[in-house]
Amino acid sequence: MLNVIKAELRKMKRPSVLYMNLGLLSLISTLFTSLVFLRHNSGTGHHQKIGTLSHGNDTLSKFDGGYFTFGLMSLFVGLIILTLFASQSSNEYSYGTLRNLLVRQPLRLKLLVGKFLAMTIFAVLIITFVAALNVGLSFAESPYSHINTSLWVSHQAIRGFSAMYTNMIIATIGYGIYGMALGIMLKSPMSAISISLLWFMVLENILGGVLSSASKWLPGNALAAVANGGAATFSYHRGLLLSAGFILVIGALTTTLFLRRDVAN
Amino acid sequence: MPDLAISVEDLTKNYGDHASVSHASFDVPHGSVCGFVGPNGAGKTTTIRMLLGLISPSAGTGTVLGEDIRSPHKYLSRVGAMIEGPAFYPMLSGRENLKVLADLGRFPYSRVDEYLAKVGLGDRGSSKFKTYSLGMKQRLGIAAALLPNPQLLILDEPTNGLDPNGIQEIRELILDLAHAGTSVFVSSHILAELEMISEYLVMLRKGKVLFSGRTQELLGNQNSVTSIKPEYSVDLNRVIEVVNQMGYEATVVDGVVQAPVESYFGATINRTLFEAGITLSSISTQQPTLEETFFEMTGE
Repeated sequence: MLNVIKAELRKMKRPSVLYMNLGLLSLISTLFTSLVFLRHNSGTGHHQKIGTLSHGNDTLSKFDGGYFTFGLMSLFVGLIILTLFASQSSNEYSYGTLRNLLVRQPLRLKLLVGKFLAMTIFAVLIITFVAALNVGLSFAESPYSHINTSLWVSHQAIRGFSAMYTNMIIATIGYGIYGMALGIMLKSPMSAISISLLWFMVLENILGGVLSSASKWLPGNALAAVANGGAATFSYHRGLLLSAGFILVIGALTTTLFLRRDVAN
Repeated sequence: MPDLAISVEDLTKNYGDHASVSHASFDVPHGSVCGFVGPNGAGKTTTIRMLLGLISPSAGTGTVLGEDIRSPHKYLSRVGAMIEGPAFYPMLSGRENLKVLADLGRFPYSRVDEYLAKVGLGDRGSSKFKTYSLGMKQRLGIAAALLPNPQLLILDEPTNGLDPNGIQEIRELILDLAHAGTSVFVSSHILAELEMISEYLVMLRKGKVLFSGRTQELLGNQNSVTSIKPEYSVDLNRVIEVVNQMGYEATVVDGVVQAPVESYFGATINRTLFEAGITLSSISTQQPTLEETFFEMTGE
């Protein structure tokens, strides 16, 4: 298994994948942090809603102020990881490289699990980078916004950050599994990425708007609830259970397809 | 080690109603170079994919290095393969691409540079795959196939895109490997190449095996042609007459009489024509080439 993970990580650490993802996330993190702290400075205040928490003008001084912007990144990180999982899986078909991999590692389940674990390791590193960057930027900007950061290093803050970090990893890997499944099913990176982005960014919003009862059953909403530790209309545990159900079904379908499908291209 | 590197019996692959490979049976002895020939769409690549566990057969049985083809994990660590052209990650260098495969197969990295040098890519290993010419891509594919130090090497059209020097190098490489005991199963549309290196041949057409066995056995069964050129062209008709009287059907092609006469009979014909007052400027017997035999057998 370790050899499969090593091989997969070798592909992912290439500059075009690594630096593009880190660069994009750095840009968004910097933008979000700057906006949040600028609005605080301007006196207009911010009123961002994350899950069940509402943040007013003085929120940044509370225990969760240090990782407030990290929480805002959940959807972006999730979609970037989804894109990464989808492209890494479907490119094997579009490049024709899957046949080389299967000749060197004919145990298909081992190859599939190894690829997934490698991408998961990559995703965890990306999330860790985003968390460190957002917390670091928040600390860096706090003196200019005259924010008291004494509560940011309290035990409560560390517990809250740990919970958010863990939930973000769970939700992001969930997005990644959806991306990987679509990549393997459709065998085309363009199709897999565009369909998944269309679903999570557009169709779920339309469906939720038209049928409010449907929003409680949508996979994107479920993952958002997990990432944010719960939402107004979606408890954390419901999100976790529903996501687990969806992932179990789609994971079983994808695995069966990967194990049985002829590699004819 | 088994006597047969590859053995298949009634191997069949159906796609709907169409049989891409139909009841194919052939053996490839260990340590031999076996050419795999057939027109486009004959089922060569499908057969190779079944041997490598990429496609599951619809029916039939087979073994590779003595192991069932339905359990490819038992033999693929000893098999090197390049299937339907080289496929690599365009953004990775040639060396990194080989290292991905070395990681997967648990091969030492020292082999990566060794085989890059062997296929003439030693100085371009750090260049991205997408910058390679077709010939360089092909060479990288061959290097990848050599990584496991294979007992069996399966190559699908290995000389595609190579210049004459490259073709000769690959031919020598294949022969060197065969001399070292590696079995080589190679498909190519350049039949003259296969004729030069293949001790055994498997000929496929429309998914069915037309011939499987020693190359010499196939070519030896074909009629050789003797070409007779009289010194004076006015004697052409008399040559035809004499040869016909000897029991062979002669025809004139570009001012030369041709007849399906075995080479050992050339002296008799020469003597008979001389006694009839006909002098010759040349007489020679040609064995049919693999290409001619192939066209005759496949009706292409």
